[in-house]
Amino acid sequence: MNFETSVDPNRPAATVDRTADRSWSHLDTLESEAIHVLRETAAEFRNPVLMFSAGKDSTVLLRLAERAFRPGRFPFPLLHVDTGHNFPEVIDFRDRTMARLGERLIVRTVQESIDKGRVTLKKESQSRNALQTVTLLDAITEFGFDACIGGARRDEEKARAKERIFSFRDEFGQWDPRRQRPELWHLYNGRVDPGQHMRVFPLSNWTELDIWQYIARESLEIPTIYFAHHRQVVRRANHLVPVWEFLELQPGDVIESRLVRFRTVGDISCTLPVESPAATVAEIIAETVEARVSERGATRMDDRTSEASMELRKIAGYF
Amino acid sequence: MKLVHDTEAGAGGLLRFTTAGSVDDGKSTLIGRILHDAKAVPQDQIEALERAARRSGDGAIDLSLLTDGLTAEREQGITIDVAYRYFATRRRKFIIADTPGHEQYTRNMVTGASTADLAIVLVDVRKGLTDQTRRHLYLSNLLGIRHLLIAVNKMDLVGYQESAYSAIAKAASDVCTKLSAPLPHLIPISAKLGDNVVHPSDNMPWYRGPALLTLLETVPIPGSEMARSAFRFPVQIVSRPRGGGSDPLRLYMGRIESGEIRVGDRVVILPAGTQTKIASIKTLDGDLDHAAAPQSVAVTVADDIDIARGDMLVHPDQTPRVDRRIDATLCWFGDDPFDNRRKYLLKQGTRTVGAKVAKLIDRVDVKNLQISEAPETLMRNDIGRAQLVLPAKIAFDSYRRNRATGAFILIDEQSNATVAAGMID
Repeated sequence: MNFETSVDPNRPAATVDRTADRSWSHLDTLESEAIHVLRETAAEFRNPVLMFSAGKDSTVLLRLAERAFRPGRFPFPLLHVDTGHNFPEVIDFRDRTMARLGERLIVRTVQESIDKGRVTLKKESQSRNALQTVTLLDAITEFGFDACIGGARRDEEKARAKERIFSFRDEFGQWDPRRQRPELWHLYNGRVDPGQHMRVFPLSNWTELDIWQYIARESLEIPTIYFAHHRQVVRRANHLVPVWEFLELQPGDVIESRLVRFRTVGDISCTLPVESPAATVAEIIAETVEARVSERGATRMDDRTSEASMELRKIAGYF
Repeated sequence: MKLVHDTEAGAGGLLRFTTAGSVDDGKSTLIGRILHDAKAVPQDQIEALERAARRSGDGAIDLSLLTDGLTAEREQGITIDVAYRYFATRRRKFIIADTPGHEQYTRNMVTGASTADLAIVLVDVRKGLTDQTRRHLYLSNLLGIRHLLIAVNKMDLVGYQESAYSAIAKAASDVCTKLSAPLPHLIPISAKLGDNVVHPSDNMPWYRGPALLTLLETVPIPGSEMARSAFRFPVQIVSRPRGGGSDPLRLYMGRIESGEIRVGDRVVILPAGTQTKIASIKTLDGDLDHAAAPQSVAVTVADDIDIARGDMLVHPDQTPRVDRRIDATLCWFGDDPFDNRRKYLLKQGTRTVGAKVAKLIDRVDVKNLQISEAPETLMRNDIGRAQLVLPAKIAFDSYRRNRATGAFILIDEQSNATVAAGMID
């Protein structure tokens, strides 16, 4: 069989034409499903929150929330768990997005958790990625959130592939993969007791490529670090490590400037760029189509610690 | 083959399929083979497999490792839960619900089947049809999966003989006929070696049908039929955005589960039975004059009448049943058996109500599909028909006619657990 691609990367990913006669695409199916999930969450929970990292997935979530709830206000605030180790471009984008939407943003910082003695750092350069779990769970307790909407996708990682769209968390914020509620049709069981909560993942069925196609179709703005830019990096094994304030240089490290872009955006201490000249969404889509390395495999140190590291973090209450 | 992005607006659409088979029938290997041969496995995952192969000793890549996600599963070599996988070809995007085959996890198979358009049932050619095969065909048909695909696997181990395959093909078709299930698609394959999975096999010239992936890319998707059936709009949220002045806007938000609607259409609000007209259909991009399943929209109506979450908007000439008594088939998932002293909640569409079971009509032994009348209870993984009584009328369809309005779940009010899936007669 011949499956050669006929994709023209210069063509827009899809035109914005929502008349009812237009053929229904898989993006429409995913969009409608996600809107349905967001509305079910708003209807079934007393005090939901949307976890906004200012990355591409949660930016797509915000557009879906606009589609679900405008012209009304969002029926939930947004929560940013700030590690303090941010890319400045991302914080800039976050603040502009919030100004545009006019919705309420709650920021809770890992630094506060450190100052309160809730977590301790071994050294300043340590990744704060896993520490976010404490800050997140503390924020859930502080505000009494009973549902946390997140942008995680099942295609990201093996443990995520097994997670429900409505994913139950016990009194300790923990995920028990063996005791998940069966999830049938589009009937979500949102019942939780006080102290428990639900994680809700409207993008469960989206892939990295779907996200980029949707960003193109909706002309969504995303942080500039997703596009090709020159950045100081050091090459270690097969990875590029960004140079930043607390990077500890190792023997043999050579700082060089490379044309790179990020595929995920997280804590600066554990997010790795890939070499790429892709400067537009269309070029990123063309590269993603050809991509032979998974999104997290390429770019996240935190998943490489062991084959089960996401599973272990999720069990503890991570996003 | 390359993964291709969908500039052609999803010409082939989105196909959801489920896979079922016994532990050793090669189900994970088949999915691994599809993903591998369709080049849907990223290089870093292939490298991880190669590392695992070196550790395990014999050096051969184990494709089943691509789908076994959790540490506990890898340690025990089993699949303990539904895992969802995604891949795309030039023709179509696919979602696989990969469900374990062993008996104690029937609930996972039912879960995976509930959203599937197609079920792949794997049969080991050396073993033939087993009780488990019959159970999978029964469940797939019960859950209303449109297409059944029986993959007769391990053909390499019988020398690719046509006779071995034909005997199973005949037996499988007979089972489907007996179940009143749709006639199955049948394909002889070797998941391990790739025969007839993505590429047609040279080893079985006697088989003239398509390779398995080709079939997945071309079977009709039932989704488009839903847009042509009766209009059903369960209301999710009533929104009263501010700024409407003296005449505040009232938006009824939801997803059109089936059928279509136009501005000016007369609609009935169920279960109340009041009537009004659709005044507008609103989206973020502006108003529409027409919308169809499975679009999520917000509508306004012409009259100031009471409409709440859980109500259903339908066309006056295509009304569903409205009743407080329901006959349904239950798949029991609860750790505890059904117990009429406990309080159960029924969630159907966007409505949640209390539910009592007036009587258990029968119980199917999923091992041999024997039916026994008037059982005492239903235990975990049991399937049986029951008569339910609700405190008030709800609007519903037969599951056979409409998967969205004919399905429900039962929730144990005390433990909050989802204890059963229900399909209305």
